Amino acid sequence: MAAITQDRGPDLREPAGWRRTKDRIATLLMVVAFVVVIIPLGFVLFTVIAKGISIISVSFLTSPIPPLFAPASEGGIGPAVLGTLEITGLATIMAVPLGILGAIYLNEYGGRGLLGRLIGFFSDVMTGVPSIIMGLFLFSIWVVHFGFSGFAGALALGCLMLPIVIRSTYEMLRLVPGSLREGSYAVGATKSRVTMTVVLPAALGGIVSGALLAVARAAGETAPLLFTILGGLSTANPNPFSGANIAIPMLIFNNASSPYTGAQARAWGAALTLIALAFILMIAARLITARFSRYSRY
Amino acid sequence: MEQADQNTGNFSEPALQQVQTAQQEAQTARQQEYQKAEPAPGTHVFDTDNVSIFYGSFKAVTGVSLSVYENEITAFIGPSGCGKTTVLRTLNRMNDLVEGARVEGDVQYRGASLYASNVSPTAVRRRIGMVFQKPNPFPKSIYDNVAYGPRINGERNKGRLDEIVERSLRQAALWDEVKDRLKHSGLGLSGGQAQRLCIARTLAVEPDVVLMDEPCSALDPIATGAIEDLMKEIKSEYTIVIVTHNMQQATRVSDRTAFYSVLRDEKSDTRTGVLVEYGRTEQIFEDPADDRTKAYVTGRMG
Amino acid sequence: MSVATRRAGPAIPADPARALSERRPLGDRGFQILALACGLLVLAILVLIATSTSQQAALWFSTEGIKVFAKTWNPAANQFGALPFIYGTAITGAIAVIMAVPVSVGIALLLTQVVPYRWARPIVYVVDLLAVVPSVVWGLWGILVFGPWIQHIYASIGSAVQGVPVLDDLFGPPTSGASFFTCGIILAFMITPIVTSLSREVIATVPAIDREGAYALGATRLEMIRGAVWPHSKGGVTGAVLLGLGRAMGETIAAALVIGSSPTITSHLFAPGYNMPAVIANQFGEASGVWRSGLIGLGVMLFAITIIINIIARGIVDRSARRQRGA
Repeated sequence: MAAITQDRGPDLREPAGWRRTKDRIATLLMVVAFVVVIIPLGFVLFTVIAKGISIISVSFLTSPIPPLFAPASEGGIGPAVLGTLEITGLATIMAVPLGILGAIYLNEYGGRGLLGRLIGFFSDVMTGVPSIIMGLFLFSIWVVHFGFSGFAGALALGCLMLPIVIRSTYEMLRLVPGSLREGSYAVGATKSRVTMTVVLPAALGGIVSGALLAVARAAGETAPLLFTILGGLSTANPNPFSGANIAIPMLIFNNASSPYTGAQARAWGAALTLIALAFILMIAARLITARFSRYSRY
Repeated sequence: MEQADQNTGNFSEPALQQVQTAQQEAQTARQQEYQKAEPAPGTHVFDTDNVSIFYGSFKAVTGVSLSVYENEITAFIGPSGCGKTTVLRTLNRMNDLVEGARVEGDVQYRGASLYASNVSPTAVRRRIGMVFQKPNPFPKSIYDNVAYGPRINGERNKGRLDEIVERSLRQAALWDEVKDRLKHSGLGLSGGQAQRLCIARTLAVEPDVVLMDEPCSALDPIATGAIEDLMKEIKSEYTIVIVTHNMQQATRVSDRTAFYSVLRDEKSDTRTGVLVEYGRTEQIFEDPADDRTKAYVTGRMG
Repeated sequence: MSVATRRAGPAIPADPARALSERRPLGDRGFQILALACGLLVLAILVLIATSTSQQAALWFSTEGIKVFAKTWNPAANQFGALPFIYGTAITGAIAVIMAVPVSVGIALLLTQVVPYRWARPIVYVVDLLAVVPSVVWGLWGILVFGPWIQHIYASIGSAVQGVPVLDDLFGPPTSGASFFTCGIILAFMITPIVTSLSREVIATVPAIDREGAYALGATRLEMIRGAVWPHSKGGVTGAVLLGLGRAMGETIAAALVIGSSPTITSHLFAPGYNMPAVIANQFGEASGVWRSGLIGLGVMLFAITIIINIIARGIVDRSARRQRGA
């Protein structure tokens, strides 16, 4: 509020008193909010790195899993690493193509009709379904009939990834300008050709990076695996289609509540491995986005 | 204008009638001369018969009847919103891509109805190509841009594709500028080059007709000139229909011109496009028959 | 520039009508059907989840009848009442939301109203990093590091409020590192990224005109936020909060590790407790018969609750987004 003072022209100072203080406090609170978030994040990352780094080694990542009471110097998490790679890999192979096709349906074919809107809405709802439900679901529908296996776990993770891939792919497809599609139709392409040869390649960078983030999320999930792969292994089971299996998050879960320091140390090492994996995938996703959006600027 | 003349009172009524009759007779005589001088129109490529185009319940264009002839450049001109692009897109079924678009009346291509129930739009578009207002090269290499059409129509042989790409780029007057960087991205070209790339892409599938929707409106005058020269060069092998809001361009390149305008419906406050006049370009610009045409081409409207 | 020699074959079709009337290629129709099938897969999976888990839970429902809502869960005595877990889920969800919402909305406002554009991206990266930490790692840290540390704080508060009427019931002893409250805190950390990012999206759609209008009247930033931003984003932020709540209720592994595994209904927030996903995760391995059916039944309840919350939340968020865009 500018008041004209007699001697030195209009008063353009900031509003004085209580209003200004309230504003300052509000800004301070917002910064505090951010700090409140950084502290536990820093704390967790620091702890994981500090406690995990000493046990990490190539032999740790490849040795068989010792009993819980074994000291930290013995054994490793080899079977769990293999399990995570195989199970997450299988889940990715299943969920990503299906998710991309689902997003293609939503954006190129069905979008505005009732069915399209229903599918889009429930796909978003599905991203909020707790991962434990996916585990119970696959247990009820698969494990009950076919037993525990890495594949059942992959199915559960795939169900988790599917709506995430659909949503992120859909957002990428939407960004492709209509003029590119028109240019393709104009030389006599069918809709499937337009989609596969122009739209998809144009959106590919964003699609891949979205898929990588979904993979990072799936690799860290425990609950879907608890009811589908059984765990309890000490040596690796390289066949995901038959027999119980083990994965890194599950190993951490088993070891976390045990009183033995060796088991806990292995848990920290496994946690560091998991976070490093998620981190690598996240960085790869950002790099791909940056590189590909340079190539296909609109 | 005539009212004002009448009110000068310098001429009596019957004398005025005589002048007007004389003017009309002179115009009819000139039109007959135009028609005598005009070569017999060639093969009909397009015939539209009382075509109206709807978006949902909104009537965008009404009652268009005209014919497009082989190896001629036909221009659609008129103020904005008069439906000339809509009519153009009807000729290669691009309006199918708009939800709720509907065509009434018949559009014939060389005697075959374009909107018959068993007609495949992709077959239509392979023969009737289109270049758009804003150049839209694909985010692929220059080579892949031009080879795109032939590839999706089944051509796999690398040698033949190389030939087609070179021929199309030469026809589009772009070959010399890009022949050393065919693998570079098509997005790195200037506006004029990109539009010529899109023209090359269209020519690569060897269409019968090339439709152009204001192809130069996003380009500078030099690039525009290059494209106009290109049009005149390829006219002997293709039939071209061009929408343009630049009247000078129409006079420079086209053989025939169709002038569209807008009908405003007071009750529903809607504007519907309508074909006002269609004829040889010289006649439309020098001696328009309709007053609305005259107002537009002399710059009083639009 | 002369035109190269013309194409070889005639482009002018001899029989135009026949040339134009090709049938739609099989591959094109097949692709459309395939894409549609993938879309329908989503609906199919949701339906299958509901039916298959309900089927497995049927034994529990039929055995217990209305006693599914009893307040005792004691497998050894064949008692399978779900109330302690429903209570625990509600309590931990509430704690998580009460803590996370002010922080998340604060950060969202910070990012959209305060921080210059250049700094926004790194701050977003940091907040997203919270989401990168897997649930099991939060749980590991919670039970081995955070729990033992905060146990002391609980103990001090507990003894301080002993005897004080309401506060004793809430914060008095018994206290334990693994408790409702610890679980709530950890859940708050975990849902902050999603509530922040959704709130940001909602707040960013407030038209600049409204914000500038408030400034033009001489408002401070706080006043502008209250007058121009908040009315617009109220709905969307509510939706974001609901989504966060749904997320918190469904979070399993972190809860399983830090909640204390004690199926009691108590007002003492620092005491050990239990919630639905945690008991399912912890007890499933050894359960069988009615016990296992009961655990799956808890899953069915959790599914129903989270689906309803998600539908409501998505509806609110979508509607407020549409309203902003002027659709």
